[in-house]
Amino acid sequence: MAKAAESSGDPGTASPRPLFAGLSDISISQDIPVEGEITIPMRSHIREFDSSTLNESVQNTIMRDLKAVGKKFMHVLYPRKSNTLLRDWDLWGPLILCVTLALMLQRSSIDSEKDGGPQFAEVFVIVWFGAVTITLNSKLLGGNISFFQSLCVLGYCILPLTVAMLVCRLVLLAEPGPINFMVRFFVVIVMFAWSIVASTAFLADSQPPNRKALAIYPVFLFYFVISWMILTFTPQ
Amino acid sequence: MATTAAPAGGARSGAGPEWGGFEENIQGGGSAVIDMENMDDTSGSSFEDMGELHQRLREEEVDADAAAAEEEDGEFLGMKGFKGQLSRQVADQMWQAGKRQASRAFSLYANIDILRPYFDVEPAQVRSRLLESMIPIKMVNFPQKIAGELYGPLMLVFTLVAILLHGMKTSDTIIREGTLMGTAIGTCFGYWLGVSSFIYFLAYLCNAQITMLQMLALLGYGLFGHCIVLFVTYNIHLHALFYLFWLLVGGLSTLRMVAVLVSRTVGPTQRLLLCGTLAALHMLFLLYLHFAYHKVVEGILDTLEGPNIPPMQRVPRDVPAALPAARLSTTMLNATAKAVAVTPQSH
Repeated sequence: MAKAAESSGDPGTASPRPLFAGLSDISISQDIPVEGEITIPMRSHIREFDSSTLNESVQNTIMRDLKAVGKKFMHVLYPRKSNTLLRDWDLWGPLILCVTLALMLQRSSIDSEKDGGPQFAEVFVIVWFGAVTITLNSKLLGGNISFFQSLCVLGYCILPLTVAMLVCRLVLLAEPGPINFMVRFFVVIVMFAWSIVASTAFLADSQPPNRKALAIYPVFLFYFVISWMILTFTPQ
Repeated sequence: MATTAAPAGGARSGAGPEWGGFEENIQGGGSAVIDMENMDDTSGSSFEDMGELHQRLREEEVDADAAAAEEEDGEFLGMKGFKGQLSRQVADQMWQAGKRQASRAFSLYANIDILRPYFDVEPAQVRSRLLESMIPIKMVNFPQKIAGELYGPLMLVFTLVAILLHGMKTSDTIIREGTLMGTAIGTCFGYWLGVSSFIYFLAYLCNAQITMLQMLALLGYGLFGHCIVLFVTYNIHLHALFYLFWLLVGGLSTLRMVAVLVSRTVGPTQRLLLCGTLAALHMLFLLYLHFAYHKVVEGILDTLEGPNIPPMQRVPRDVPAALPAARLSTTMLNATAKAVAVTPQSH
């Protein structure tokens, strides 16, 4: 294991040094490679219990993860400035939402020569690569949010748009016409605004104060493209 | 090994050994995104030290292997056992060295901090650069300054993609979203990157003073005019309006880019070649974006629903050209009456 060999010589200078500066004095033996970790702003104490969750039943694990995902859904639906999404990030929620959205956006086309296959992949690729691009942009602008935290927030904030998709599919069961379109348009616009407000509430604090607009604008474009896909969806 | 380690480490962190890089990556808040560096290499260790360490670690393993090989191989054992041990060690050392090199190269290229200086902008700067991209400057005697940033151009390309997608939105029709979206993204990024590279190559031939980054920024900001024109004309489908905007707005942004390039090039032939090419490509791209996507949408509408009435285009054609005014109203009335299946009272 790692042993702090030489750093014990100067304990008095510990306080003004940055957080992990003492690690450079620890000598690491050869057979234990130390690999990079994802830095998170607030240390969570859940890591200590990780080894003990290996022996619990599958049902416990699934229920615990589902509860965590559900709690984050609630945080997205009622966005307040909180750290829950950032502190305990996970990518299950975004995956569930993305798969649901992609499945619903598949065209059940019988008379078109293109089948519904590429639609699923298109939505998937757009959601994930869009999220990655926005994350890189916000990091390059000087944000101090980690890569996966940002992916987590952006993915969870697709929830209002998924709800809009469900509503649109229900509305499309009625007869088509301009009223149909207006209802769908209104629902999608409201959910689009909700997504942006939710993601702003979580992401804005991590940016330098004068560059918030620069970081929020690509989020706006991203949710606009997803809203466009939802609004123009018509099953045949 | 140590000699090849030093330049790579120096290129990344500016200091010699890997300890410096390790500290930087842990302390800063704005360091590399993807911390995938493998930290199992100790600093300043030379090839011989690594060899010694590995030899020590593998001694028990090698002994066990040699003992197992002894029972299997029979009389070829002596020489082969020794050679196998040596070759295994050498292979292992080469593998470790190669892995270290690869991880260092990967962390060097996956380190997005290279791009960080190009995103160092304020919203006010972006706004002023957007407005300036529409104002051609007359001074061409000394090189004009081009801001080398990538945030504005990248956001403008994404906005252009979004506007293209918005322009294809109609109600009650099937739109092949997948193909169109891929095409839109490919077109916009392909134009930005491809034409920038091509003009940069021409600039290199014509001896113009411009770098690749500046060319990317210049062309990116030139897309602001395209965004405005397309946003307006996708909502108001008047061809005359489009031509007016194409000349005015497209022309302004092209003139600005041309003026900047002229100020950085010497010689009339070179100026003509460079600026002519850029102007032609820029204006033709706007034409292409407007007409190609219109045609696609109209084509889909025609094949799926029968001839629709596109706004403000079909009505004049239904009226015969040379018709006295008295019979004009009846002809129109007939056309309308046919649609509602009511016989007209007067002929």
